[in-house]
Amino acid sequence: MIDIPSVLGNGIAQMVGPQAIFFTLLAIGLNIHFGYTGLLNFGQIGFALVGAYGMGIAVENFGLPLWMGVLVGLAAGVVLALLLGIPTLRLRADYLAIVTIAAAEILRLITRSTSMTGFSGGTQGLTGYGTGFRDLSPFDNGRTYELLGVRFLGQDLWAICTGWAIVGLSLLLVYLLVRSPWGRVLTAIREDEDAARALGKNVFAYKMQALVLGGVFGAIGGIVYALATQSLTPDFYSPPQTFFAYVALIIGGAARIFGPVIGSMILLFVFSITDNVLRQITAGGEPLLGFIQSEDVGAIRFVLVGVALALLVVFRPQGIFGKKEEVLLDGR
Amino acid sequence: MRRPGSVRPPSRMRAADPATSTRKPPPLHLLLVGLVAGAALLGLAAPALAAPALAPALTAPGSTAALSPPAPADQQELPVSGTLRNDGKPLPAVRVQALIAGGRQVTETVSDDQGHWTLDVSQPGRYIFRIDQKSLPRGVHVLQGEVTRDVAAGRVSLVVFRFGTERTGLKTSTTSQVLRVLVDGIRFGLVIGITGVGLSLIFGTTGLTNFAHGEMVMIGAVVAWALNVVLGIQLIWATLLAIVAGAALGAASDLGIWRPMRRRRSGLVAQLIVSIGLGLSLRYLVLIFYGGRSQSFADYTDQVERDYGLISLTDKDLATIVISLAVMIGLALLLQRTRIGKAMRAVSDNRDLAASSGINVERVVLFVWALSGGLAALGGVLFGLSELAGTVQYEMGFNLLLLMFAGVILGGLGTAYGALVGCLIVGILVQVSAQLIPVDLKYLGGLAVLILILIVRPQGLLGSRARIG
Repeated sequence: MIDIPSVLGNGIAQMVGPQAIFFTLLAIGLNIHFGYTGLLNFGQIGFALVGAYGMGIAVENFGLPLWMGVLVGLAAGVVLALLLGIPTLRLRADYLAIVTIAAAEILRLITRSTSMTGFSGGTQGLTGYGTGFRDLSPFDNGRTYELLGVRFLGQDLWAICTGWAIVGLSLLLVYLLVRSPWGRVLTAIREDEDAARALGKNVFAYKMQALVLGGVFGAIGGIVYALATQSLTPDFYSPPQTFFAYVALIIGGAARIFGPVIGSMILLFVFSITDNVLRQITAGGEPLLGFIQSEDVGAIRFVLVGVALALLVVFRPQGIFGKKEEVLLDGR
Repeated sequence: MRRPGSVRPPSRMRAADPATSTRKPPPLHLLLVGLVAGAALLGLAAPALAAPALAPALTAPGSTAALSPPAPADQQELPVSGTLRNDGKPLPAVRVQALIAGGRQVTETVSDDQGHWTLDVSQPGRYIFRIDQKSLPRGVHVLQGEVTRDVAAGRVSLVVFRFGTERTGLKTSTTSQVLRVLVDGIRFGLVIGITGVGLSLIFGTTGLTNFAHGEMVMIGAVVAWALNVVLGIQLIWATLLAIVAGAALGAASDLGIWRPMRRRRSGLVAQLIVSIGLGLSLRYLVLIFYGGRSQSFADYTDQVERDYGLISLTDKDLATIVISLAVMIGLALLLQRTRIGKAMRAVSDNRDLAASSGINVERVVLFVWALSGGLAALGGVLFGLSELAGTVQYEMGFNLLLLMFAGVILGGLGTAYGALVGCLIVGILVQVSAQLIPVDLKYLGGLAVLILILIVRPQGLLGSRARIG
């Protein structure tokens, strides 16, 4: 039968765990793209990939110190944004969507290619780049800490603390930026691009700046997650992850500062609950639901996310806390 | 659906021995009779395809497997082994990978001089064993390079892969190599084109960039697979039924989702995101019911190439080209000559003008969705048959989608003929680039074109400027 305390405990651990931090940072980037500027970036996971792999390759293959690896990862995010933005930002919104999703998939294929095994680790991925981060940990890495009834390993606790600190700084930066004149231009572009242009604003330049900034948040997400898990595997960076971040953003409310945080926490909590419950009722000698194989449980969350994304956009595009008029959904 | 599939492989093994292969697959020209409209094309293709389906001299030699000496029952190391043989000769230095469901690799090994390989997995469970095709010697073709096996403790698991020689005793000149790449490219381009035209027509008539189009392709192929393998219907009829099912799916999605959304005046961005969510759900629903591995059709899987002088092709490749060309010509005639075709072009050109001149726009859109669904299903079967070695896989549609986008944007989003030209170019480019860069990166060329064309000529080769701004 269903063991409710353990299900809830796992759910809470997931809400604050590295995955929640990862999706929060991805969604903060998407909030700038989609929420404030109205850009459709469906390849946010590609930014996370270049951030994480930029750092991993710089440290592992070129022997750079970790802090320089992080800078390389951030720079890779900037370069990717420029590469994708230059051809598409003058065109209708869906071109950016197509190019970003294609680019993310290209990057995944390159990193997992067997011909790149010596460089990116191929399907094996990379490990060992993050020991410098783990050495900084003030906690006892091997010990288990208990906070409010939820257990964390020391090394995870260190990653979680750093991760949420970075999220906090990112939110502060976004808060300051979107309230600045620069941020108001972004909103103007989202609402009416032609009007912004008529006011003499260089729309292309603003869109590009927004794309770069959001992309850098994506890269930070990739870096933080890679440091928390201490390993890079190319297939983690698959296209559906971007849609997870979109669902998180829309649940929490696009164009709201705390939207990404709340959305990611809710998303991960729901994921954890459904996963655990499904695993418990499909496992064992007499499962409650025999027709679902236990190895299919992982696939169910993708189905749920797909349905949730479609339904949210149609029936509640503002999510739980957003304002409906703040969400751009009429295309150009 | 998965359970019957998983018990099927032993029966496929008979193909390894030509003497036992008594039941010849029905001749492929049945497929053509069913699908080809142009009589001239039939006349051209029939002599080639009416020949006996499998010439015994060319029959692909299979592989044999040998038991390794049973390893001592190590508490957690579960040995899996096999021997790789092609035409009786062992294949050394071939990489064999073990993956768990979801595609993560757990371990890999390399075959020794006798073609023997063995690897240990740490836990019992279901594993996918895969041949790294890039580590194969030149000219060796895999017929079945991926095997799913339940590994249990206490026994030696044996995995058999099947090979066939690509060409038997044929010298390859540079011209015939170039020609071959070109023909491969045209074949692939035509398959992308069949599916891409639907994507482009949907965009032209409704403005929707349909990210779920790849799933329509994949579902068409899966329906054909289910009819073919689970219900035992011959593939040609299974394909025809799958086309009907695809058309029904397309029409149903218009009636059930897109028409209500247009009624609600939902924006195009909202529709685009809905199509992404829909595609994601469908892909993983198929994963749940169909399974994550490539599964093979029951017919036309182990054909051998036939020599046509300068070039040698398998019957199914030739049939793919002929069918695609016929469908394309049929589609062109439909667009140029029929009322509904003209109405489609009119709606595509200017929706409001078409509506005010008495065209029932919603009916035209419904027709476009049904047409695109049918084409996608046909394209899915042809894609699996010709490009994926006769197999179907749940991610095939998404992989094709990106190439469809590349082709359709290259040709001009919203145009039918542009989509065809663009997809042909992308197909050829993919096959050419496969000669120059590692095979697992061959889709890169097509996607690079996508970015290039947007910089140089964003409206595409045949598109109009007004659509892109």
